[in-house]
Amino acid sequence: MNRIDIKRTKVLDHRKKQFADPSYKDTEYPHRLNFYSTPPTADITLEQFEQWAMDRLRILAELEACSFRNKTPAETAVHMKPLLEKYLPLDSTSSNSSELNIQRQRDHYSHFILRLAFASTEDLRRRFTRVETMLFRLRFQADDSRERAAFVRSLNLDWEPVSEEEKRELAPLLATTIGFGHGRRAQQVMDEEWCKVDWMRVPDLTEGRKVYIRAGKAYVPAREQQSMVLNAYTKRLEQALELTSRALPRLDEDDRLTPILDHLSKSFIAPDASYTGSGTAIDGAEITAGNMDNLSQHFPMCMSNLHRSLRRDAHLKHFGRLQYTLFLKGIGLNLEECLIFWRSSFRNITDDTFNKDYRYNVQHAYGQVGGDMNRRGGGYSPFSCQKILTERAPGSGEAHGCPYRHFSLDNLTALLRASGVTDRGVLQGVKEDTDSQKFHMACNRVFEHLHHTELKRAKDDGIMTAAQLDTIVHPNEYFKRSYQLKNMDGRSKQKQEGDIKMEG
Amino acid sequence: MEDAPAAVVDSPAAVDDTAMADAADAQAATEDVKPADESSQPAKESNGTKAAEIKQEEKQEVKLEDLFDGIDSDDDLSLPEDGQEPQQPELADTPGASIELLRAYYQRFFPWRYMFQWLNHSPVPTNDFKHREFSLWLHNDAVMRYQSFPTSDLFRKDVLRLMPRRIEIGPVYTADPRDRKTFRNSAAFQPIAKELCFDIDLTDYDDIRTCCDKANICNKCWKFTTMAIKVLDTALREDFGFNHILWVYSGRRGVHAWVCDRKARTLADQHRKAITAYFEVIAGKQGGKRVNVRRPLHPHLSRSIEILKDHFQEDVLEIQDPWQSSEKAEYLLQQIPDLQLRDALRKKWDSSPGRASTSKWADIDALARTDASGGLDAHSLLDAKQDILLEYTYPRLDIAVSQRLNHLLKSPFVIHPGTGRVCVPIDRNNLDAFDPLDVPTLPRLVREIDEWAETEGASRAMAAVEVSDGAAVGGSSSQDVKPVPDWEKTSLKPYIEHFRSFVATLMRDERETAVKRERDEDGDVQIKTESLDF
Ligand SMILES: [Zn+2]
Repeated sequence: MNRIDIKRTKVLDHRKKQFADPSYKDTEYPHRLNFYSTPPTADITLEQFEQWAMDRLRILAELEACSFRNKTPAETAVHMKPLLEKYLPLDSTSSNSSELNIQRQRDHYSHFILRLAFASTEDLRRRFTRVETMLFRLRFQADDSRERAAFVRSLNLDWEPVSEEEKRELAPLLATTIGFGHGRRAQQVMDEEWCKVDWMRVPDLTEGRKVYIRAGKAYVPAREQQSMVLNAYTKRLEQALELTSRALPRLDEDDRLTPILDHLSKSFIAPDASYTGSGTAIDGAEITAGNMDNLSQHFPMCMSNLHRSLRRDAHLKHFGRLQYTLFLKGIGLNLEECLIFWRSSFRNITDDTFNKDYRYNVQHAYGQVGGDMNRRGGGYSPFSCQKILTERAPGSGEAHGCPYRHFSLDNLTALLRASGVTDRGVLQGVKEDTDSQKFHMACNRVFEHLHHTELKRAKDDGIMTAAQLDTIVHPNEYFKRSYQLKNMDGRSKQKQEGDIKMEG
Repeated sequence: MEDAPAAVVDSPAAVDDTAMADAADAQAATEDVKPADESSQPAKESNGTKAAEIKQEEKQEVKLEDLFDGIDSDDDLSLPEDGQEPQQPELADTPGASIELLRAYYQRFFPWRYMFQWLNHSPVPTNDFKHREFSLWLHNDAVMRYQSFPTSDLFRKDVLRLMPRRIEIGPVYTADPRDRKTFRNSAAFQPIAKELCFDIDLTDYDDIRTCCDKANICNKCWKFTTMAIKVLDTALREDFGFNHILWVYSGRRGVHAWVCDRKARTLADQHRKAITAYFEVIAGKQGGKRVNVRRPLHPHLSRSIEILKDHFQEDVLEIQDPWQSSEKAEYLLQQIPDLQLRDALRKKWDSSPGRASTSKWADIDALARTDASGGLDAHSLLDAKQDILLEYTYPRLDIAVSQRLNHLLKSPFVIHPGTGRVCVPIDRNNLDAFDPLDVPTLPRLVREIDEWAETEGASRAMAAVEVSDGAAVGGSSSQDVKPVPDWEKTSLKPYIEHFRSFVATLMRDERETAVKRERDEDGDVQIKTESLDF
């Protein structure tokens, strides 16, 4: 095997080196691709630790979403390209980019940080391995072919080449595994490079009878060797995660890392997001108590269900009020308007009762009352999908939670129909998503359906980049995006609609 | 699947403390959870669903597939529906007598030593045997899982004490299965090895066999099993390089394969699934095209067709005559890709009702040759004919048995409680001679022993009683008369001899590879117990 000479390909970037930690020199990244066999040794800051991990996690979550949506590899590649450039860029060696080393270092470190975060349970390990393999495949396929070959050689995968003589002898048999057509098959066999590996190294090729197998050896044509590299990658990662999981208890001693890792692993259970936008984030929207009926067309089902319940019953129970208030705060409804909104919505109670029983909670949510901590933090943050999905399922008579998770199929379908989702394909898709517990995927599916025309235009006209159109994991993001998409022509139309609505 | 006991669902990986876990505490057989009443649970699905419901209540995150861990899908305990019970046993009628017969069987016929050597791969007890799970099905319908035995003698002793009507063999674990509850960390108690198994059951051939159905079999439809064994045995040897494949009659209507090579025993589930899928050709249940294979045909399939084509002519077309009725013939017609040819055939067959399948098959080529328009696609017709041949001959596997390392399977040499037949190994070199209906039954063995005593004289018989271990005692044979083990006096003899030689070859191979392994591990010299035994 030709081992690539590391010295020859190493990237020299003296400017970067100057600032680097001394031990930084030890890690070289001759290849764009990495099997992550060597753990990082250099120190990084806690901020880098968290930021790099979050960026990678974002990519992994998006990849998983692509597979949930049955996107083809090609669609996935297109979808991921801008996101990868933004969060986890990784240039080829030949690009001579000055960022090469730092990119590869980030890639290297973030991978190992996430290993720590996801080694704890078997489920997380399996998911992590799966999406990391997807990421690796994506990069492997996109890699410069010469650089990829050099990388593969560096792995020392111990593939036994098939001799010309053996190729000739087995030609009719091997030919059956490299495609269709009659005629020049023997020649095709001779033209191809073949290697022999233990069949256990290529279970997927075995499974599909895509290779000829004799005496325990699979004869793999060059074009299928990607599968072997991927298998080797997956296998090594599985083993490494096993080892990491056993080493985890020792990490508990470092109480700076534990909360970060804990948060990361939670974020993988349901993608988490914090919503930092405020009312000013949406230009021109009239966020007032009086405009809520109109704005509710942009609400995700969890919020539009709360809105409907509130209109129907003139009341919401505690956790419904909390979930809804924080959402309203997130879309930019100020405290004063919010109090007006609740007061007018609870039309069957007296001012007295309202002031006594409800006002305080709303103020508390906005951070106007309560302890120092609450005030300083500006109250609670709007709930993310993760929080709504995983915390406090609604009981009877309660309207909070996530309809995709907490509703019966009948009730969910009725709610969707009432919201204008009548397409059978979409409803069927939602059913499949929820059956397989991919609740946020169902929500995104509905979003895409309801904004089909606008999304297409936004993409075609380049108004929104793919990075702005990734999977929604926060109700407030849903609102914001819906509002923006429906108001691409400027605010005049929205104003009109709003006015009409208010008159009527 | 139909006799899956509803409550035997204890999977060490997924559920740790279920009711069944207690069942392993051997002393308390009465506390054991009982499997569903077989006769009241005729349908496969209803049984499965019930099991699922029970578990789901106990622990929500239990996965459905885990519920069926270790449940042998094998036929064999359930009674056929509608009371049409074939060859109904003397055994089941009088349970008391049957237990006594069974005791005699375990005492005098069951090949304890070879069974031990088979699973242990060495004469001295190793963890291969000591950490192996056995499950014992008792007469009160309790199933005791996670049994294990330090030695062959203790295995024998417990079986004689408990008199199970069925013994199943599970995987070898990282630790003694009886101690599994002492491990708080589930990683410390994991299945690590088990033979790669296959299960063929003739009920899966009901849509193509015309002689019998359900639990019934005859020598005609047994041929399907013969074909399946030939195809699988060849592929396992030639393609995957396995050498130690034991074929065992399941006692009524099927056959099991135990691939015993070390490499096969240590396969991970992922690889078991890959092999299973490699063998899978017949897709779907009823209706629609059941064979859909890529062209050009994979070498495994073209070789299989070579193996199967004579069987197709003789055992299927001539003997089963599967397309005799016009309804079945129409099914055949649907597989013919050329519509004109299809119509011409239909016309011909309509005019001669009941035309034999052999003739119908020949008609296809004959009419295709006379194709006037010349528009017939000969390639696609050939492909269709190959697909049909495969559909009617290629092995139909119960894949659940093969896919998972921790699946339990009925042991060789147990007595089928329905037929009374011994689950004997089948010699693959003498496949065509195997007659499932002539396999020794327990009452017959007892009869044969008596007859032998009369003909061979009392003195030899007396000596033989001493030997109850199922094999001649090697060391003390300085006497004039070497005692004859009981099994040698009966029709069980050729089967146990076959098993004995199978086990001997396996052990020899195992020893040689163990020595070789040590040599390969350069510098790292270890002395293994198995290599000391010469
Ligand atoms: Zn039959």
